[in-house]
Amino acid sequence: MGAWYWWTLIGMAIVTYIPRAVPLTFLEGKELPPVVSGVLRNIPYAVLGALIFPAILYVQEGNLLFGLIGTVVAFTLAILFSNLMVIVLGTIGVLAIYSLIF
Amino acid sequence: MNKNSFVLGLKAGLSIAIGYFPVALTFGLLAKTSGLSIWEATAMSIFVYAGASQYMSLTLISKGVDPILIVLNTFVLNIRHFLMTAALNEKMQSEKRWIKGIYAFGITDESFSVLATRKEEKIGTAFAFGVALIAYSSWVVFTAVGHVIGANLPQFLQAAMSIALYAMFVGLLVPSMRGNRKVVMLALIAAVINGFFYWTGILSTGWSILVATLASSIFVEIIYVRHEKRKRSGGQLKGV
Repeated sequence: MGAWYWWTLIGMAIVTYIPRAVPLTFLEGKELPPVVSGVLRNIPYAVLGALIFPAILYVQEGNLLFGLIGTVVAFTLAILFSNLMVIVLGTIGVLAIYSLIF
Repeated sequence: MNKNSFVLGLKAGLSIAIGYFPVALTFGLLAKTSGLSIWEATAMSIFVYAGASQYMSLTLISKGVDPILIVLNTFVLNIRHFLMTAALNEKMQSEKRWIKGIYAFGITDESFSVLATRKEEKIGTAFAFGVALIAYSSWVVFTAVGHVIGANLPQFLQAAMSIALYAMFVGLLVPSMRGNRKVVMLALIAAVINGFFYWTGILSTGWSILVATLASSIFVEIIYVRHEKRKRSGGQLKGV
């Protein structure tokens, strides 16, 4: 790759950093209207819904069943246990066994 | 800096580090096959640190797409972080701006999710640094490792580990859903809207997540504000 690669990389770094840093630094110490902060408090749970679905179904391209099994196992483990590591490693474990067998 | 809270942060971020391991490894490997040197590949993970954008850039680079378009695409893909860091700001302990500017670099979909779903009223700076550092380290180190070994994990393990980050998201969401109808609504509505955009192909992933999240958050807030008002005016009526 030539010099253009590094310029591209710098550009990517800047446009990735701006959305991360601007709200955290500019909004520091600012009191937002209650309606806005109410909406912002909802964001984490809405984001999780959107991050999980439907992408979780397509973790293995062309193998919907794999994603479905992963979804069921992850939700089951999350209902049974509250420990994040148990949920993550447990789901990986079950899917590892599944893909070894099939 | 509070050392104890930093260590707790490292612990809380461990599942992100595990989830990044296969993704970073594959990125390093793909970067190599796309013709990037180990420095070029690792530098991207060090300075950009955004999984989806980095994968996309490899595709565009190998197609010889104009660098300006690559940068623009990266921006579009990351616009959703405006929303996430604005939300996170409500939960973060007050801190000097330049310090927040440092850990802001470590905010990803994953570290945001881990931080924003904490039960505490306010999250300490040291804790955020802990979460960010362990996730970032995993991303950078395993990018380089993936490039060096130039091979992937055994197929069954690679496949199984591709679920890791999603299992983590589920593990963060489900406990908050328990007995909280608002959280259930927020997640379900966002998921349905995002699914709609995905299957109709109206919006690309970055926009889709942004719009779905915002729409759900605003919609649910309106419902709850109205509900509260009705309850309050109902109470007043009884008082009369």
